[in-house]
Amino acid sequence: MKLKEFIISEAIVPQITATDRNAALRELATSLANAGALPVDAVEEIVEALIKREQNGSTGFGKGVAVPHVKHAKITRIAGTIGRSAAGIDFAALDHQPVFTIFLLLSPENQPQQHLQAMNIVFSNLQKDIFRRFLRQSATREAIVDLLEEADQRP
Amino acid sequence: MPTASRDIIVSNSLGLHARPAMQFVDTANQFRSKVTVCKEGEQPYQADGKSVMQMIILAATEGTPLKILAEGDDAEIAVKKLAQLFDDKFGEE
Repeated sequence: MKLKEFIISEAIVPQITATDRNAALRELATSLANAGALPVDAVEEIVEALIKREQNGSTGFGKGVAVPHVKHAKITRIAGTIGRSAAGIDFAALDHQPVFTIFLLLSPENQPQQHLQAMNIVFSNLQKDIFRRFLRQSATREAIVDLLEEADQRP
Repeated sequence: MPTASRDIIVSNSLGLHARPAMQFVDTANQFRSKVTVCKEGEQPYQADGKSVMQMIILAATEGTPLKILAEGDDAEIAVKKLAQLFDDKFGEE
């Protein structure tokens, strides 16, 4: 699976305005809705599910990245987006460090294999120091899209 | 250095998603042994059993065979406890 198969370019938020976790989740989910990737009237429900998921265990897996995700009945097609925060956001991360890059992933309820494949490609890239560094430095949507395309071309 | 290993099959329907991956890592961290989880097949991968990111990269779906390896003085008990998580389907269906 490739990043471009589920990351919605138009929904990428290069400068998140939110300063806390819940507001950041809402900002990214709203951005996905505005890009047509999920119904606008489902945003609140999805945000609540994302917050609940975080409360059960932070998806801030360390190294300045978080991958909030949820499987939800209102999602008919897998969709993801990326948000950047220059100031950093407290995600109660495993390493207690602020999060600068958020990969939000929304999956349909009935496709666990596709969800795992998407998580695989997200984490395979996030594990690379250079990918994380470039992503943190990419201040525009275009720069982020370029970085994702490069990542997809690497085996 | 004592080593131990066990072959298991992922049996919960959602596979090794983030929550069970974290549960596995939490348990692995209770032991001094180095823990490795190996996947063969089309996307072979060796994950550090104490890294959540690497455990998620395994993308182990229901039915995937995995090998749990431990190396250290508590390898035997570590493998037993870690395999038990899979046997218990991480508390899922």
